[in-house]
Amino acid sequence: MEYIVLLFSEIYKILYVLIPVLVSVAMIVWLDRRIWAFVQKRRGPNVVGPFGLFQTLADALKYIFKEIIIPASSNKIIFILAPIVTMTLALIAWAVIPFSEDYVLADINVGILYIFAISSLGVYGIIMGGWASNSKYPFLGSIRSAAQMVSYEVSIGVIIINVLLCVGSLNLSDIVLAQEKIWFVIPLFPMFVIFFISSLAETNRPPFDLPEAEAELVAGYQTEYSGMMYAMFWLGEYANILLMCALGSILFLGGWLAPLDTPLFEMIPPPAWLILKILFLFVLFALIKAIVPRYRYDQLMRLGWKVFLPFSLIWVVLTSGYLLYFDLLPVY
Amino acid sequence: MNIIRIFKTVFLIDFLTGLLIAIKESFKPKKTLNYPFEKGKISPRYRGEHALRRYPNGEERCIACKLCEAVCPAQAITIESTAREDGSRKTTRYDIDMLKCIYCGLCEESCPVDAIVQGPNFEFATHTREELYYNKEKLLENGDRWENVLAANIKADNPYR
Repeated sequence: MEYIVLLFSEIYKILYVLIPVLVSVAMIVWLDRRIWAFVQKRRGPNVVGPFGLFQTLADALKYIFKEIIIPASSNKIIFILAPIVTMTLALIAWAVIPFSEDYVLADINVGILYIFAISSLGVYGIIMGGWASNSKYPFLGSIRSAAQMVSYEVSIGVIIINVLLCVGSLNLSDIVLAQEKIWFVIPLFPMFVIFFISSLAETNRPPFDLPEAEAELVAGYQTEYSGMMYAMFWLGEYANILLMCALGSILFLGGWLAPLDTPLFEMIPPPAWLILKILFLFVLFALIKAIVPRYRYDQLMRLGWKVFLPFSLIWVVLTSGYLLYFDLLPVY
Repeated sequence: MNIIRIFKTVFLIDFLTGLLIAIKESFKPKKTLNYPFEKGKISPRYRGEHALRRYPNGEERCIACKLCEAVCPAQAITIESTAREDGSRKTTRYDIDMLKCIYCGLCEESCPVDAIVQGPNFEFATHTREELYYNKEKLLENGDRWENVLAANIKADNPYR
């Protein structure tokens, strides 16, 4: 009996995080299309519901009723598994994201490592999709995607080391609380910029959307997918984008903390601040999608390995040197 | 020169300029129409859905000369005709296969009595193929429905013919 109560209370807690995330994914897809349209002086989806807000729900409904086509020569089990893996991995990472001091599903001590591990595993969904399709475009797309995500994860890892040096803890709540005096975006501004650009590459967003470069690869690893399986890839992708935005706001923009410690700002609940920061980063994501041309593959690799990695490594040395010299190293 | 270039690259100057322009542009008026609620202007010469017109007294204009059938490059038109009791020649069958039609406007051009015309309507999508095989009743009904617009269009285009 005790066990069942525990089980249901845990399920309730999970849904309490998962449902807002899924709803906001739907909203964010709408926002993305809307911003994209606005920059190009179009209108974007504006018919379904108020301002077209329910467009994504209508699209999802359409995807559900579409036929799922499984190519005859594909590896069927892996083909079906791939979108499931992508979506699951994109959603379970939300377990450790703190929305406020006590609103976090799993307050584990190695939260940042957990997120890092999960987002690295995200490559598997794409590789499996590309490989199991047994077709050339998905294959090339997934190979590109894997190389790209692995290379940019390296620089993201080094950037995270910068933040961790300033915090002295791997717990995401501790990282946020360490920014009570000053958000890390101010002392570590170059790192924030590089983190932002790397997260664009990590989530396969333009200008780094080479895995699905329409002109060359049709739709990359998604080419053979249809119906709900395609929608799951697409859901996972946007959940990942949202996750990277959340991570950016937790690591650099002070998570749920208000920008100033004044009563007026304190009135707004902490999760709202986190949501505002995520939205700000996402609007930047969407604007960038609208204005930049796609990178060439060698340029992408050059940027990752020859520019970002050395620069963030140098910055690690600078940060640690600074902290050591002024004796500011956090003690736990 | 080279130093300026490096400066621009490192501080993402070009990129930030682009971002500012994008933000500025996104608040300007939209260039696209809000389509189902708001439609663009259509020229009097627009070649849309076909219609068979009537004279004001209700008599069909078509005299079954079959010029349109002959000129149709897609052979989409089929006409059969008989002489009526009063001696005038009228169609018994006037079919247009809207799926074959290429909307070139030659039927309208060849018609000596302005009977077959292409109107301004372009929203006649259907759920089945069969609904797009238009027969005489359908075409006459179109003509009755759009007569005001069709007459105005023909009049507007007259000086240029």
